Amino acid sequence: MVPDWSEKRRHIMSQGQTAATAGPATDSARHAGTARVKRGMAEMLKGGVIMDVVTAEQARIAEDAGAVAVMALERVPADIRAQGGVARMSDPDMISEIIEALSIPVMAKARIGHFVEAQVLQALGVDYVDESEVLTPADPHHHIDKWSFTVPFVCGATNLGEALRRLAEGAAMIRSKGEAGTGEVSNAVVHMRTIRAEIGRLSTLPAEELYAAAKELRAPVELVTEVARLGRLPVVLFTAGGIATPADAALMMQLGADGVFVGSGIFKSGDPARRARAIVEATTMFNDPDVLVKVSRGLGEAMVGINVAELPPAARYADRGW
Amino acid sequence: MSGPRIGILALQGDVREHARALSDVGARAAEVRRAAELAAVDGLVLPGGESTTIGRLLRVFELLEPLRAAVVAGLPVFGSCAGMILLARDVVDGRPDQPLIGGLDMVVRRNAFGRQVDSFEVDLDVDGVEGPPVHAVFIRAPWVEKAGDAVEVLARVAEAPVAVRQGPLLATAFHPELTGDSRMHRLFVDIVRSSGSGR
Repeated sequence: MVPDWSEKRRHIMSQGQTAATAGPATDSARHAGTARVKRGMAEMLKGGVIMDVVTAEQARIAEDAGAVAVMALERVPADIRAQGGVARMSDPDMISEIIEALSIPVMAKARIGHFVEAQVLQALGVDYVDESEVLTPADPHHHIDKWSFTVPFVCGATNLGEALRRLAEGAAMIRSKGEAGTGEVSNAVVHMRTIRAEIGRLSTLPAEELYAAAKELRAPVELVTEVARLGRLPVVLFTAGGIATPADAALMMQLGADGVFVGSGIFKSGDPARRARAIVEATTMFNDPDVLVKVSRGLGEAMVGINVAELPPAARYADRGW
Repeated sequence: MSGPRIGILALQGDVREHARALSDVGARAAEVRRAAELAAVDGLVLPGGESTTIGRLLRVFELLEPLRAAVVAGLPVFGSCAGMILLARDVVDGRPDQPLIGGLDMVVRRNAFGRQVDSFEVDLDVDGVEGPPVHAVFIRAPWVEKAGDAVEVLARVAEAPVAVRQGPLLATAFHPELTGDSRMHRLFVDIVRSSGSGR
């Protein structure tokens, strides 16, 4: 029998971990930062939209529109593309200001492999860290050891093997990478279809072929076995990267996403508040064309897009991470 | 005999986990996004999620008033976490315009246990649930700040009520749907069966 890998890991990680100093009366029998609490937080975001924001004012617009969480960052991906330079974790003052302004969860991005940025974000009290390819990677070989944190992590993936390697490192939520900052949804579609197809294939394999499948996927066999048994990832799978319209959001939901990250698509458009509301409503009623028609009307200008096919290889964020 | 038909409000949140827990205890789960779907169920689950988001969508998709009416008419409802907030009379630390369904005579404090880094698991004794303690998962969870005399407190963490019942309305600050222990859902299905509303 194959052991339940995630529970085993959780048990290992809980050794020597102190209970969080939560609430007014801390109880020693409480366990914080467990895999279940981290993954469970993402379960509560399902069917929702997480919006990139760079100021407290934008964060308020996002919360008013019905976002389930916001992602605090210094520049939206479209501006990182346009302006170039090194993209890093946001200014702690800005993150604190956003945390103060909102009642919904606040996420923030750290560079791939930059575990100290993640430590800073955890100390600031952010609710989820995105170890993100949109920022300039800090380590060309190693992602952050996410098990060593109390705060949960979401990571991007372009295929199943990449998703499982991130889970092996302790990620509690996965998102497709897409191609951030382009307003072009094709890469998100490809990544979502690829992950789903690879999961479908695993589910058809006899048990003795899962070892070779794990080798091909470059992922731990315990996780591969778990995915084959469940027929899905053991964590929530959101979509991200290039979603710019309500129809884009509904497309990704119909392709099997559990929820949607919208980056530049909202605050680089003509009427952010209205577009934000429309994308939230389209994500809930993704299967109802009548609602999609209604919410798609009168949104003003969408963000100006970039065709992914025209991007030189060095400008493709989805290729960052390994 | 087929089990009761129990709706799960499916505007946002962990709908799938509640559906599995309900089917584990013999209920037929159905997603509810429209007022017409609400009329076809014997009981309703309000899942975990983001209460401000769900509240706004209740208004946009014109479910708020039908839900309030159904609760007044005696529809059994079980809310976990965000669902508990929606069943409260009032909320502390919420948004000023946050729509609530109400029904439970209580005031809840949103995110009372802190932010995500403070989220935790703990074993809890819950009145009305037989056997070993319930393993309870609290995620940016609320607690009950004030409760009227008609509200029965089923469980507490550090003095704060975290599971309550008032007639056919049941609410937990934690997420029984995340643990594979379906005893809270069994309790709710028993409430639905005994209410026999014949809707």
